[in-house]
Amino acid sequence: MRRFKVFKSLVKDSLNLITQGSKKYHLWMAFLTLTMLIGMYCYSIQLEEGLSVTGMTDRVSWGLYISNFTFLVGVAAAAVMLVMPTYVLNDIDFKQAVLIGEGIAVAALIMCLAFVVADMGGPAVLWHMFPGIGVFNFPNSMLTWDVIALNGYLFINISIPFYILFRHYQGKESKKKVYLPGALISVFWAVGIHLVTAFLYQGLQARPFWNNALLGPRFLASAFAAGPALIILVLAIIRSFTEFKIEDKTLKKIAMVVTVAAQINIIMLVSELFKEFYAPTHHSESAYYLFFGLEGKTALLPWIWTAISMNVFATFILTFHKLRNNLNILYGACTLLFIAIWIEKGFGLIVPGFIPGPYGKIAEYTPTGIEIGVTIGIWAMGAFVFTMLARIAIGIETGSLRYKKKC
Amino acid sequence: MSRIDKYFKLNMNSATKQKTSGGCGCGSTSGTCKPQNQETAVKTTSCSCGSDSKSCRSHQEKSPISDEEFFKGAIDAAIGDERKKDGFDQVFDVKMDRRNAFKKLTASLLIGAGAVSSCTSIVSSNESKEKSQIDWEEQFKGNYKLMGDNEKKATVDRLVRSYQLRTGKNISMSSKNAEDDVLFGYAFNISKCQGYMDCVSACVEENNQDRNSQMQYIRIHEMKDGKGFNFNEADDNYYYEVPAEGHFYMGTQCFHCDNPPCVEVCPVQATWREDDGLVVVDYDWCVGCRYCMAACPYDGRRFNWSKPEVPEEEVNKTQHYLGNRMRKKGVVEKCTFCVQRSRAGENPACVEACPTGARVFGNLLDPDSTIRWVLENKKVFRLKEDLGTEPKFWYFID
Repeated sequence: MRRFKVFKSLVKDSLNLITQGSKKYHLWMAFLTLTMLIGMYCYSIQLEEGLSVTGMTDRVSWGLYISNFTFLVGVAAAAVMLVMPTYVLNDIDFKQAVLIGEGIAVAALIMCLAFVVADMGGPAVLWHMFPGIGVFNFPNSMLTWDVIALNGYLFINISIPFYILFRHYQGKESKKKVYLPGALISVFWAVGIHLVTAFLYQGLQARPFWNNALLGPRFLASAFAAGPALIILVLAIIRSFTEFKIEDKTLKKIAMVVTVAAQINIIMLVSELFKEFYAPTHHSESAYYLFFGLEGKTALLPWIWTAISMNVFATFILTFHKLRNNLNILYGACTLLFIAIWIEKGFGLIVPGFIPGPYGKIAEYTPTGIEIGVTIGIWAMGAFVFTMLARIAIGIETGSLRYKKKC
Repeated sequence: MSRIDKYFKLNMNSATKQKTSGGCGCGSTSGTCKPQNQETAVKTTSCSCGSDSKSCRSHQEKSPISDEEFFKGAIDAAIGDERKKDGFDQVFDVKMDRRNAFKKLTASLLIGAGAVSSCTSIVSSNESKEKSQIDWEEQFKGNYKLMGDNEKKATVDRLVRSYQLRTGKNISMSSKNAEDDVLFGYAFNISKCQGYMDCVSACVEENNQDRNSQMQYIRIHEMKDGKGFNFNEADDNYYYEVPAEGHFYMGTQCFHCDNPPCVEVCPVQATWREDDGLVVVDYDWCVGCRYCMAACPYDGRRFNWSKPEVPEEEVNKTQHYLGNRMRKKGVVEKCTFCVQRSRAGENPACVEACPTGARVFGNLLDPDSTIRWVLENKKVFRLKEDLGTEPKFWYFID
């Protein structure tokens, strides 16, 4: 009963907190709300007209939505890079950052689910997938594995921070024996969600570009580079806008994680390129299309080369301690890396899987304005959710949000 | 579905051999005769056909007259007093072992919805009430694959009635199950095909495909002589007089694989392999994720990117639930070897339309069928056999 009361007060205090703030905060939230509304308008057009308002066709049947979904699974998985050192290895330097990392994971997962729903032809009959009332084709379909993996990870990443914050809100210490099992599971689960998402593509013999044993490991490497890179950028912003203390040491440690992951990612990229271009076969055509274009169709060329050069340049900078330890350079490198991997693990991965088609037909894909609108709207939703979560977490952690503080 | 060995051989002699073989001596190519013990919704008189397939078909299918009788009765029920059974009772009186709780939930919601609609709208007619009832039941029905014969019949009746209410026209829709000892297969004679594309237009007309997006199940690839089967340089979108000098033609469509990758990946089992080898889709169960399209190595699947439209006068009204009935926006569809025809003992529309006789269709389990003759006497091959999909679609050259 008491817990209920505390919970009620937490909800009330949180609502109070997130609806108040500086002018900048209000402007930011208003901007996100407007973007979300535009996204919803675009989505309403898509619901009305069907997916024909997107750039997708029978030849390229997945596009921007699934690309962003794939990338964001990686971002969500990256929270483990903070969870493991903090909860399992007891590294005190990560303590401040881990809640932010988990907040990013929650926001990323919500965006993932939103992108999948946006891509569905019949979102109204999604209940067909619920076990019990529908038919859940488990374990045959990797998509059902992914549904379990993503929702399970979402649950873990909501419950652990909630428990910790709930305790801190009451001015109590969180008990390790309560959250440690969850944290341990989440370490394995994080690897799981990204591997399972990779298997979604990897398991299709129809698409040689994806049907590649390196796809899963490379997903992990790129995710552990892009995710923590985003966390560094977010922490930098939080540091400059709130009184939440994040030490340089924390950022530098995360930067180390980013660096190692980015280096492994580059090694795997080289391995992939070698396989595709040293002894090219019929199955290398998608890679040819992606990197050099086929029959004059070169839509992805500027994107992928931008991504590769940004990726290599950022990894190069990060590799040198002197450069990496300069925070401004670090932020720049993280931005480059994040964008590079978004391109590479997004439509740089999904679209070439369909080009050329099963019979060699080269039909290109260009997203439409409506598709881009929905995509930006979903990203705004993620930012919106994260901002709220982060403000509550920071409020509790800095002690400004406490149970019965006011009376 | 629980095969451990994914890479397996298509065994034509035992692939779908079932407990009892029908006592029917008909040697027609597409297994038109019905074994007596098969339990379908359709009534069968004992078949003694040794003649052509059409005559046998007449008493297997529900004849259109009895359909009309049903419609009249249904209209009476809607307009007049209570008849013995209206659409609602037909659905809910049926004994259903599956999903009982869910049905009850639906029923209670339906009563609530009915109460709301009857008390709010005085003007709404019985017809529109019936229409919304049908829509409601259709929205919450189960997966066709798991339905019993009664449930299958109920949903087909609802769809027929719904079409009648919306357009005032009658259609006939079958829910005929796969027959025993039938495994459909297809062969394509590359030497004969001249690229006329009559098969493509016959397919579109037969299967009620969306006219706006010009959806086509069949693609004819025009290849250059002397280049072999070079799909990369082939053109599947030509608009000139054929046969063009120095070219040959090759058609592709859904190959109805015996080990279909598209079926494995579907998260809701909205697509499956029927016992007669047809790979079908329940359009009402499909959630539109398009994972099957990504998984198909043969470009066999199409998606309804917008609401499919067929001019009313062009609608083919002889339909099958798994075949050419009207689709909706946001679902996947594909070639079904014209299930509405093949299960009725006819050839698919593409086979019938082909002016050169390049297309051969029949029962692989029938040793006297043409398709078996082709497989046994011609040098046949299949596309992308290395993927282990076991297509039931062979190519051959004279």
